[in-house]
Amino acid sequence: MIEAQSLTKRFGDKTAVDQLSFAVEPGRITGFLGPNGAGKTTTMRLILGLDRPTHGSVTVNGKEFRQLAHPMREVGALLDAKAVHGGRSAYNHLLCLAQSNNLPRRRVGEVLELVGLTEVARKRSNGFSLGMGQRLGIAAALLGDPAILMFDEPVNGLDPEGILWIRNLMKRLAGQGRTVFVSSHLMSEMENTADHLIVIGRGKLIADCSVADFIERNSVQAVRVRTPQADALVATVRRAGGSVTAATGDTLVVQGLAAERVGDLAFDNGIRLHELTSAQASLEEAFMELTAASVEFRAGGPGAEDLAAAHDDDRVRTGGVA
Amino acid sequence: MTATTQTAGGPLARALPTPAGRAGFGGALRSEFTKIRSVRSTYWTLAAMIVITIGISALLSWGRVQDYASQPAAIQAHMAARITSRATQFSMFGLILGQLVIAVLGALTITSEYSTGMIRSSLTVMPRRGVVFAAKATVFTIVALAAGLVTSFGSYFIGQSIFATQHLNSTIGQPGVLRAVVGGGLFLGACGLLSYGIGAVLRHTAGAITASVALLFVLFVLAGFLPNSWAVHVDKWIPFNAGAAIWENLSGVNMFSPWVGFGVFCCYAAIAVVAGGILFRTRDA
Repeated sequence: MIEAQSLTKRFGDKTAVDQLSFAVEPGRITGFLGPNGAGKTTTMRLILGLDRPTHGSVTVNGKEFRQLAHPMREVGALLDAKAVHGGRSAYNHLLCLAQSNNLPRRRVGEVLELVGLTEVARKRSNGFSLGMGQRLGIAAALLGDPAILMFDEPVNGLDPEGILWIRNLMKRLAGQGRTVFVSSHLMSEMENTADHLIVIGRGKLIADCSVADFIERNSVQAVRVRTPQADALVATVRRAGGSVTAATGDTLVVQGLAAERVGDLAFDNGIRLHELTSAQASLEEAFMELTAASVEFRAGGPGAEDLAAAHDDDRVRTGGVA
Repeated sequence: MTATTQTAGGPLARALPTPAGRAGFGGALRSEFTKIRSVRSTYWTLAAMIVITIGISALLSWGRVQDYASQPAAIQAHMAARITSRATQFSMFGLILGQLVIAVLGALTITSEYSTGMIRSSLTVMPRRGVVFAAKATVFTIVALAAGLVTSFGSYFIGQSIFATQHLNSTIGQPGVLRAVVGGGLFLGACGLLSYGIGAVLRHTAGAITASVALLFVLFVLAGFLPNSWAVHVDKWIPFNAGAAIWENLSGVNMFSPWVGFGVFCCYAAIAVVAGGILFRTRDA
């Protein structure tokens, strides 16, 4: 359990984390989502006591991180795969970390086995590929058999196999009842892994909800229609309870009605259609819109994105088909 | 584990037993020892310190002996007393460069944590930073003192074996000799610690090494340019002059006595270490 209360961090006049309050619950994967520079890494550094909050506080199992008796036994963190001395072997890197928390030496071998680095354990880590480095970082996080795991952008730069491996590992850890807190700037990644989402933009909390809720609230169903009789179709659609969010020339974007319904309405009213496409703004775009809104409106919450969408149909138009 | 970590799904299946007590200085010491022994730079710098110090000392001793041997007997008689009285110091002259090498290791011990990013791992597993800083300083001091004493004694005995070829050598039992030789090792340890403190303040390898070399060596050279009326007051406070008093046996009236000088030097090192420690604890890592 990680709890943040009005957590704030300023660097000079730049506010990286702004009055953030949230709780990360055990037994599930909590995705920590935000665009680059939203303050995800800073928040994780604040949790780990690497940075000191300007205001507010954050606790781990009810305590400030530096008060934990055996920090590694409670929190394992992968902040970045480069937090190692490249001249040191993987084994010795993990050994020196284990010794600091009085962990048994055998544990080093166990986690090396777990992440599949046993064969290169005696090699210096500066020769490791990105994927191996990431595995070493995860081995370090797992070393203390902690109840809470934090991963900052763990799949960055990994190949599909590595991504799958990390995804399954996180699911397994959460399945064991552990708290898994994982950051990403990719909604698509979270869609596949997370159970719960904490979304931030510009250091502020934008959403704290389940992934299902997030999808329901934020994905926009839309139908793209091209017709030489735009005016007639707009009127028909509005009568049927739909809305037209954009009209450029002969192309309309209709919301609130399914593609079949729009087609039927056009047929019934004798309106000629040249194109009829069902489109769903991907979650990725919903997320981008949401975080863009946080920038525009400052106090964005679920709901603000509708306003943003009404002003700008670009995302809907270019949206991938669901 | 506190109760809050238990989930609805029941208690966690844990691979490790619940620990007793609290992770502290003992574990941190073992951790820091593993760190220092598991990187090549430690061995390279220590080997460089030993080779350079002993090499320079031996060269200088050999030069003196050659000078002496090439002179006619009458002049030799005149030179003998002078060389013999300084034989200990000649055989340790290489420390003037050895101090710079141990300063490199002292700085690296802490700055490499920052340059590699290891500091984030180190402080995540042990967020009580004072413990980490003290353990690191302790391990480094032990290693530096051990290597320093090996260097100092090695330098002395090899130098004396060269002087002995012309019967110009000192012996370890003579007054002040053992103090000078042990002092050489202590001096190296203190140099390293001074640099460790500077490294903690600057957190940057090149910057810390430059600053240490400036303090230990450049100041000493610059002091040589001071007018005599200033030098009388300033010279003894120059870090090298103060620290080297313990082995250099500088007879000048303006210098500190051996232990006082070394004490002053230790104060310089302590100031750097304390400043580094305070910043290490308070700054964002």
